[in-house]
Amino acid sequence: MSPSITLAATGGALFACGLLLMMERSLTRLVIGILLAGNGANVLILSTGGHAGKAPIRGGHTRAPFSDPLPQAMILTSIVISLASAAFVFAIAYRSGRLTGDDEVRDDIEDRRVTRGDQELRTQIREQRREFRAWSRAQRRHIRRARADLRAGIREERRRRAVDDPARIDDYPEDPAARGGGGAR
Amino acid sequence: MNALLPMPVLLPMLAAAVKIVLGPRHPVMQRGISLAVLGAVLGIGVALLVEADRHGPHATQLGGWRAPVGITLVADRLSGTMLVVSAAVTLGVMVYAIAQDITDDEPVTPLSVFHPTFLLLVAGVADSFLAGDLFNLFVGFEIMLMASFVLITLGGTSARIRSGTTYIIVALLSSLLFLIAIAVLYAATGTMNLAQLAERVRELPEGVARLAELMLLTAFGVKAAVFPLSMWLPDSYPTAPAPVTAVFAGLLTKIGIYGVIRTETLLFPGHALREPLLAVALASMLVGVLGAMVQVDIKRLLSFTLVSHIGYMIFGTAMGTRAAVAATIFYVVHHITVQTTLFLIAGLIERRGGSTSLERLGGLARTAPLVGVLFFVAAMNLGGIPPLPGFLGKLALIRAAVAQGGPLVYALVAGSLVTSLLTLYALVKVWNQAFWRTPHALAGRRVVSDVRADAGADAPGLLDEEEPHVVTAGLPPAMIGASVALVALGVGYTVFGGPLVALTDRAADELAVPAHYTDAVRPEPLGGH
Repeated sequence: MSPSITLAATGGALFACGLLLMMERSLTRLVIGILLAGNGANVLILSTGGHAGKAPIRGGHTRAPFSDPLPQAMILTSIVISLASAAFVFAIAYRSGRLTGDDEVRDDIEDRRVTRGDQELRTQIREQRREFRAWSRAQRRHIRRARADLRAGIREERRRRAVDDPARIDDYPEDPAARGGGGAR
Repeated sequence: MNALLPMPVLLPMLAAAVKIVLGPRHPVMQRGISLAVLGAVLGIGVALLVEADRHGPHATQLGGWRAPVGITLVADRLSGTMLVVSAAVTLGVMVYAIAQDITDDEPVTPLSVFHPTFLLLVAGVADSFLAGDLFNLFVGFEIMLMASFVLITLGGTSARIRSGTTYIIVALLSSLLFLIAIAVLYAATGTMNLAQLAERVRELPEGVARLAELMLLTAFGVKAAVFPLSMWLPDSYPTAPAPVTAVFAGLLTKIGIYGVIRTETLLFPGHALREPLLAVALASMLVGVLGAMVQVDIKRLLSFTLVSHIGYMIFGTAMGTRAAVAATIFYVVHHITVQTTLFLIAGLIERRGGSTSLERLGGLARTAPLVGVLFFVAAMNLGGIPPLPGFLGKLALIRAAVAQGGPLVYALVAGSLVTSLLTLYALVKVWNQAFWRTPHALAGRRVVSDVRADAGADAPGLLDEEEPHVVTAGLPPAMIGASVALVALGVGYTVFGGPLVALTDRAADELAVPAHYTDAVRPEPLGGH
């Protein structure tokens, strides 16, 4: 048996569209998604029944080739089931609309509690990080200023010592010729 | 004996039809009908199990068509055992619900809605266990699911509608997956009869067989709440009334497990997906129990332990040796009972303490000592403390695992031990907070400011969303009686451990040779008569 590519592609496309709609929050779209996906599955079952154009069994005596009746029986069952499911979800959507004003699926309270805790933690961490950054920036500024002060102090000190004591070894010229010049005096 | 086979499906359905006609009239007679029907299902289940145990699987063909075309019902040791345990548990839950219904002015399980739907649920469960045909198994699932949709949204409060929606959408999606798996298998083999499928699947090319197996396992995995597919369960179960949650937690997930066992033993006995199944089993155990540890609501906590213990059953099924399958069946029997019992006891705690939140409960050991004893025994049973059957089930699983060996299996042994300890931790936390803390609620009504003081300053926003509960005065004896009976049944698996283990061993032996099943159904090719 070779299944028809048209049926398989149609079934796949219907199922994909249905699945996409099922990702929505609105219950009405969800029902449409379930119906589409259900029909996609039905088309896939239909494609297992053999070539198109042949009738299922008619009477008991004909020798003409017939298509497999079992998939069609299964599809009938599955259509009835998806009808009942859709009716029930519509009832739920109606009830949800009466209770909350729209038919959107709400978040779970417990989930919200967990995510709220998560958000609180996140804001706390963000705050702490901001504080730490400000603190480290201030520290760095402070260190930079202290280092600059220190450097200025050292420079000042050197200059002062050079003025007080010109014969200090630090300021003594290393070049002997220069020193010799001094000795000739 | 074959005339008895359809009865577990037919009797509850007929009773449900009668009840829908009667509506809210004749309450006493209606309650009598419910109990009588469930008792009859239990009796028939025992008869079927005894028959299947003595003479092997037996099948009956409905509608006058022979095996591959007509609808086949089969009872073997596995389905017989499942049927008996589920009937016993549903009977206990029904007694509990009726007792609650009679006592309260405003029943949480109204007669005209709860009873017919509950009976339909039982019919769907029985049909799933007895189905000898993959499409009939699908129909059994659907009967059970439609009934469960009504039960989980019972009363139509906004919390139940919200959580029910999640449940319904996930269940419908898994049914669609099941339907497509059926299409794939039918296209590949041209039959839906399980016995004939088992023979023809062996001739399929490797890729097609694995595709079909994976799709079936995914569909059953959603029903059984195996880890990556389990997110819907802790969200949707806890809001329903206690009897409903109890029977859902006990039975509905186990039907998924039943499907997995059938798939892995009858249809695809080659253990081709052993490693992936072991991996999801480990993930279910650990993720479930870690989720349970942080919960503050008893029902949510129990829902998470349910997910983690599903991991044990997948573990046993994945190993696939006779000893492992026998241990799995024992574990399923034990877990159906103990999980139902714990949810019923959570219902008792809710009545007595006014809430199931650990932030609000306290001192129940003094105000409700009997509930404390019941909870303690059931909790120790779930946690796996030695003489109780929870320990026997885990011991059997671990012995089967050690006999098989291998690094992944040893990782699972370690994982299951850790899970068992952490389950115990979570349940002991419930015990400490709900039963041992200083009682706050002796006066009858709790004040919101009191509650906020217990909860501490860090959770003020949450409590504003819930109204303060009123503590009800008493527990009707029949509710206690039903809970005691179920606890006793749970402990009884140890007392009658010898015969029960022998039975599960024989059931595993039967599953190990699919020919037992296929010979009983005797499929004949179309046109071969």
